[in-house]
Amino acid sequence: MAEVQDNSLRRDAWRRLKRNRAAVVSGCILAVLTLCCVLVPELSRWRYDEANLALGPTSPSWGHWMGTDYLGRDLMTRVFFGGRISLAVGVVATMVSFVIGVIYGGVAGYFGGRIDNLMMRLVDVMYTFPFLILVILLMVFFAGKDGAPYGVWVSVLGVFVADPKDPAYFPVFQIVFVFAALGAISWLTMARIVRGQVLTLREQPFVEAARTMGVSHTGIIFRHLLPNALGPIIVYATLTVPQVMLTEAFLSFLGLGTQEPLASWGLLASGGAEMMDIYPWILVFPAVMLAATLFCFNFLGDGLRDALDPQIRGGQR
Amino acid sequence: MSRFVLRRVLGLVPTLWLVVTLVFFLVRLAPGGPFDAERAVPPEVMAALEAKYNLDAPLLVQYRDFLADLVFRADLGPCFKYPGRSVREIIALSLPVSMQLGCLAMVLALLVGVPLGVVGAVRHNRAADTIAMSVAMVGISVPRFVLAPILILVFSLTLYWFPVALWESPRHMVLPVICAGLPTAAYIARLTRGGMLEVIRADFIRTARAKGLSEWRIIWRHALRGGLLPVVSFLGPGFSGLLVGSLVVETIFNIPGMGRYFVEAALNRDYGLVMGVTLVYGSLLMVLNTAVDLAYAWLDPRVKLDG
Repeated sequence: MAEVQDNSLRRDAWRRLKRNRAAVVSGCILAVLTLCCVLVPELSRWRYDEANLALGPTSPSWGHWMGTDYLGRDLMTRVFFGGRISLAVGVVATMVSFVIGVIYGGVAGYFGGRIDNLMMRLVDVMYTFPFLILVILLMVFFAGKDGAPYGVWVSVLGVFVADPKDPAYFPVFQIVFVFAALGAISWLTMARIVRGQVLTLREQPFVEAARTMGVSHTGIIFRHLLPNALGPIIVYATLTVPQVMLTEAFLSFLGLGTQEPLASWGLLASGGAEMMDIYPWILVFPAVMLAATLFCFNFLGDGLRDALDPQIRGGQR
Repeated sequence: MSRFVLRRVLGLVPTLWLVVTLVFFLVRLAPGGPFDAERAVPPEVMAALEAKYNLDAPLLVQYRDFLADLVFRADLGPCFKYPGRSVREIIALSLPVSMQLGCLAMVLALLVGVPLGVVGAVRHNRAADTIAMSVAMVGISVPRFVLAPILILVFSLTLYWFPVALWESPRHMVLPVICAGLPTAAYIARLTRGGMLEVIRADFIRTARAKGLSEWRIIWRHALRGGLLPVVSFLGPGFSGLLVGSLVVETIFNIPGMGRYFVEAALNRDYGLVMGVTLVYGSLLMVLNTAVDLAYAWLDPRVKLDG
């Protein structure tokens, strides 16, 4: 019974989403962009870190569709390679915040009472916390080779590869660090949303039924409550991705996020911004890509909200 | 009411203490020290330097002295990077500039964002709504460090209307304030539209219409009070967003505000300055958030003040 209703709800939402032209177009653009980010750096004649100092910065041409940067590197390869990192940061950090937020909010909402009160008061306190200061400090102090997190990284990586101290792995460590730091600061709102959903759902008869059948607390939270609360959670997750990407771009702008010779849209755009009056294309291409991606994610999130949010459904005429 | 205010304000103290303590130990446990960046000095000189700044004492003693100085004399100690100047002096010089930038940007954001959102809600699903919301979406999606160079290129280097950088006359303030304020304006526009759409459907608006009030009177006198609630609750995070944004804006426009010390002080391991900047931004944020909560309760009679 629940299955059937669930299906029709989902189909309903899907139809509604398909009617929203802006959301569909955004979704398609995102799919194409992701595909390009995967393929272009592989198929390109140039490598993302292949410098050609004799060439230097050149404007877009047949050989280099987006021109070259001040080290003579092919900008198109770099832009799409940077897209991989930017998108990955957005998606992975959102997943981190998703996992923390869903577990935290689910537990608080399900158990309610004193536990809920305490857990949510903690979230309130953390809301006023100047997290960005902490992230900046963490990036400055601990993302280097002599910080404790790098030691942990080396020992974990040592399980999988022979030589974890190989400098080739160091940039990967830095990016994982960015993932973790950004995910760790963006779960608060997610926890609040999940908790609110669970709080209303747990009074429903189907939860009572599951409990009488002897399903464990964990089972009820993860098998019965969370799947039913998924709509608003997905909407918020979609809107978290652009926020996280923007924060990564901001950190890269300050020189604390992704490091050369790797690239992310934030890093490329901030490098381009320094010389935009002479070589505007170095700024324009990554900036347009970043803005377009954020734009699409926001539109998609809005479309999903209209399609999935029951409050708006009730209000539709 | 006053009891609620008192409780909230007292509640800030432990949070602030937590932040200060966390940062204090984080900074000192981090690898590197404030005098590493200079060329290598003989160990005796290093020892003398550390003794002068009380860095050779055990960590807990340093912490005790730091807290005592802070609480009883409001003293944050000397600044390592700029010898002869105290952290308090540096903050006293740079904070007003940042505040000026932040407040002007917030005013601009409200002046642009609220009308845009109201137009979107009143003309729901019509051309004006689509245009207003597309503009807002662009505002959200363009990062400030992309917006700033574009503004400079167009208005300074091509049209010669405004100076490229610095913070001296009102003419200098135009571009930085626009750059800091516009993305926030875009958020406010979206929130206003959402809040207004909800309120416009409410019963008391139908009553107001039935009484035959004019449409503009309904919007400005009746709907806006409820429709702005999401905006009010956004002001806390919004201000913190502006503080962050001001970091970028201050860097690009070379404005002598506090933003640049954020990263600079951390990179230099300038312990005192890091603590000062954290303390100022942290307490500013917390006070603003509390003020927002109070304003929210004042605007929405349904909210009960307990907490």
